[in-house]
Amino acid sequence: MIGEIDPTIINLTVFVLAVFVGYHVVWNVTPALHTPLMSVTNAISSIILVGAMLAAGSTEADWGAWLGAAAVILASINVFGGFLVTQRMLEMFKKKDKKGQA
Amino acid sequence: MSANFIALAYLIAAVFFILSLKGLSSPLTARRGNLLGMLGMGIAVFTTLTITENWPLILGCIAVGAIIGSIVAQRIQMTAMPELIAFMHSLVGLAAVFIAIAAVNNPTSFGLSEILPTGSKLELFLGTFIGAMTWSGSVIAFLKLSGRMSGAPIIFSGQHMVNLLLAIIMIGFGLWFFFSETTNWTAFSAMTAIAFLLGFLIIIPIGGADMPVVISMLNSYSGWAAAGIGFSLGNPMLIIAGSLVGSSGAILSYIMCKAMNRPFLSVILGGFGSDGGSQSTDDGIQKSYRSGSADDAAFLMGNADSVIIIPGYGLAVARAQHAVKELAQALHKKGINVRFAIHPVAGRMPGHMNVLLAEAEIPYEMVQEMDEINSDFPNTDVVLVLGANDVVNPAANVPGSPIYGMPILEAHKARTVMVVKRSMAVGYAGLDNDLFYMDKTMMVFGDAKKVVENMVKAL
Repeated sequence: MIGEIDPTIINLTVFVLAVFVGYHVVWNVTPALHTPLMSVTNAISSIILVGAMLAAGSTEADWGAWLGAAAVILASINVFGGFLVTQRMLEMFKKKDKKGQA
Repeated sequence: MSANFIALAYLIAAVFFILSLKGLSSPLTARRGNLLGMLGMGIAVFTTLTITENWPLILGCIAVGAIIGSIVAQRIQMTAMPELIAFMHSLVGLAAVFIAIAAVNNPTSFGLSEILPTGSKLELFLGTFIGAMTWSGSVIAFLKLSGRMSGAPIIFSGQHMVNLLLAIIMIGFGLWFFFSETTNWTAFSAMTAIAFLLGFLIIIPIGGADMPVVISMLNSYSGWAAAGIGFSLGNPMLIIAGSLVGSSGAILSYIMCKAMNRPFLSVILGGFGSDGGSQSTDDGIQKSYRSGSADDAAFLMGNADSVIIIPGYGLAVARAQHAVKELAQALHKKGINVRFAIHPVAGRMPGHMNVLLAEAEIPYEMVQEMDEINSDFPNTDVVLVLGANDVVNPAANVPGSPIYGMPILEAHKARTVMVVKRSMAVGYAGLDNDLFYMDKTMMVFGDAKKVVENMVKAL
């Protein structure tokens, strides 16, 4: 029975459930951390790096592969830039916490 | 690696992404959350590497991106955060378009059949057009935020009709693309080009103070673009990660709209008060206001028991966060109760003020959100408004005002109000602010940073 289902329907199921998870998780984010939230979600959306790697790793090394390689560069700027800048911001919030406890 | 094993590894990565966002619910767990996100990304990339050929090229490209990304992340000023975020959104959008084009060119490298099925074409269409709009929209947002382009709304007549028409034409090309037997490059290219154009056109009419909504919306789009690509590639991890980001951005947009009491559509359709309503509420009578020097203001604050500081975009522009910290310290030493009140849309992106105050190492418990602090204003001796305007405008309580119903920081209820501003110019909403003309209000003109430094000296 499961085998007869179109993969798109299964993907749609995953999609809808993930939207709900995202909705419930993000509602609890404190307003003070909205900017780090945006930079970390930005880094996470760079998960398309995976798609870019598949394109760049194509066995037929034509212009499509080069386009994929360009996408790998763009997405990895975001992965590293996004996570590192979030880390930098959160370090600042940490300093504040220490002072608060002192 | 077997396909099942890869799918399981991707599932683990997706779970890490969920935990990463969950971590951000408190400053105490946020750093762990960020690390979990990195871990998830690491797993995803490593797993993908094992199934791709040509990995020297891929690793080389990742290294290039890593170097650029790390340098940017280290060097960026905290005041420039909004434009950095916009810039990064644009990269996600552009990468999504590139991937979609590569997939149309050579479907087999993604495990799709040689001739694209209609379903995949639909998904590629969605991924491409959301990606293209994310890119061009973010570029405009970046130009506006970094001051390379005027932040004022650019409005021309028939704007909405033009956008609607373009959207219809784009969908038309999309349909042509779906129903072509072979790969129809003409339709695909035309559709992509129109999507780029639409991204530009949708963002140019949106002005500076609506930027928190725009930037959250583009955040959301970049997630949907990733999810769209995930559908095309049949990769659940991309779908999960993309939808997490998409819904996160959507929630932020909602919170920002609510904090301005403006319907999402009216922000997106652009231009504050572009419905042609007259903005000049002045009845021609020159209203008088009181102005004073930084020394006068410092004297008043020094004699107060409680001070609330309301920062706004002007603080970011003047990069006055460190000066403000010194002011807060000086007041604190005198035994004065100093707190900061943050409006949700203060600045140019969600949480903008919190990051700046955090950078200046202002203690966390001094910084309060609007709901927490609003009831304290009547018992407060002095309110210092630093470069904020619309978020303290009591006109929000007057029915008929364009900003009626917008939740504001109730600075006008304090015993004394001091406003640091460069001039009497109106705020983003184009409204005069009655707070400035109240008897208990003193205006201090000048650059926020210089004024605050002078106040510190005087204390």
